[in-house]
Amino acid sequence: MIALLQRDLLLAVRAGGGFGLGVAFFLIVVVLVPLGIGPDMVILSKVSVGVLWVGALLACVLSLDRIFSLDYDDGTLELLLTSPIPLEAVVTIKAFSHWITTGLPLVVVSPILGLLLGLQVSDLKWVVISLLIGTPALSAIGAFGASLTVGIRRGGLLLSLLVLPLYVPTLIFGANVASKGLEDVSNNGALLILTAVTLAAFSILPFASAFVLRINLR
Amino acid sequence: MLLSVNNLSVSRGGVSLFKGLNFTLSSGQFISLTGGNGTGKTTLLRSIAGLQPIDEGEILIETDNFIFAGDSNGIKTSLTVSENLRFWSAIFGEKEFEEALEVFHLTKFENRFAGKLSAGQKRRLSLARLMLADKGIWLLDEPTVSLDKKSMEEFSKILKNHLKAGGAAVVATHTDLGLKTHSSNINIEDYRTKSGNLNASAGAFL
Repeated sequence: MIALLQRDLLLAVRAGGGFGLGVAFFLIVVVLVPLGIGPDMVILSKVSVGVLWVGALLACVLSLDRIFSLDYDDGTLELLLTSPIPLEAVVTIKAFSHWITTGLPLVVVSPILGLLLGLQVSDLKWVVISLLIGTPALSAIGAFGASLTVGIRRGGLLLSLLVLPLYVPTLIFGANVASKGLEDVSNNGALLILTAVTLAAFSILPFASAFVLRINLR
Repeated sequence: MLLSVNNLSVSRGGVSLFKGLNFTLSSGQFISLTGGNGTGKTTLLRSIAGLQPIDEGEILIETDNFIFAGDSNGIKTSLTVSENLRFWSAIFGEKEFEEALEVFHLTKFENRFAGKLSAGQKRRLSLARLMLADKGIWLLDEPTVSLDKKSMEEFSKILKNHLKAGGAAVVATHTDLGLKTHSSNINIEDYRTKSGNLNASAGAFL
């Protein structure tokens, strides 16, 4: 399974499979917002958490169709299905690999973008914590969506339509953790629910994804 | 006995392809599957590999004792030849990949990106995966596509060595692989259903 993770990361670096692409998109979205609503730092700092979370979410969606489609197109997915590794483990590893190449870089650059949106240095930790806990769920949910659309030509738009509504709980509780943290209000409840969403996504959805993939590969 | 197929009926896309198929596969035995396009050779192999559901009958096989090679090569063009094989070697965790490189004459290309190989070389790289797993049954779909005469003969030798070592193979092929002893042929068309006949013929032109 480590070999699969290593291979996916190598492919992401070599074939433009995610590294940099999501971050660049995230950066552009965040830079465009002040151009749209004006340079007032008070307003920007108020909307910053929402902008960062929606930006992260859209950046994540951008590369979802690559989770399975490349392996489907060249026949590797079929071979993996008949390999000794359980398909559920393959899905989990591929979702984790997607998070490393897309979600983790967003977490890393989020403090810089938070500063651009007028957040104080002391406030940045809650943005980072919420994204660190919440973005893995985006990859696991996204992998489920990708398994539903694998094999569909130009299925990217359909994938976005399927996945974005499923992101709502993560978005609500992720943004809630950060915004309550910024206001110095207790955010323990939202933090626990966000953690639960991520754990549930990674423990349940790989089984659903594997089930759907087996049907789609028939 | 490594594989037993009893009274098998399979359909694909709602079209019944074949019915009442029976055969067994023992150690050292080779079965070639023949028949026209769309008759169900690939579907039969996929059914044995567990990729395709069956309608009736049963397939008795040890699920961890076969390796499947479909019509796609299943290689990553942005990885080198050795990186491709190292990956599958790690997945199976049974054999090192250096011998497979040598046997399939890929050693001099080991650091070349798979995308830069010719179609025949890509096919050899794809087939080299078979040697990374210590599996009794090889399920192969048109393995000699894109191979030149010399490569085909060499692959035939590799297959013979596999059979001599106690392995077995079911191969969908239109090529004579020169395996006379312990080999048999199944013409899928003999088991085609009437509806399958009509639809398979139509499908062949699509």
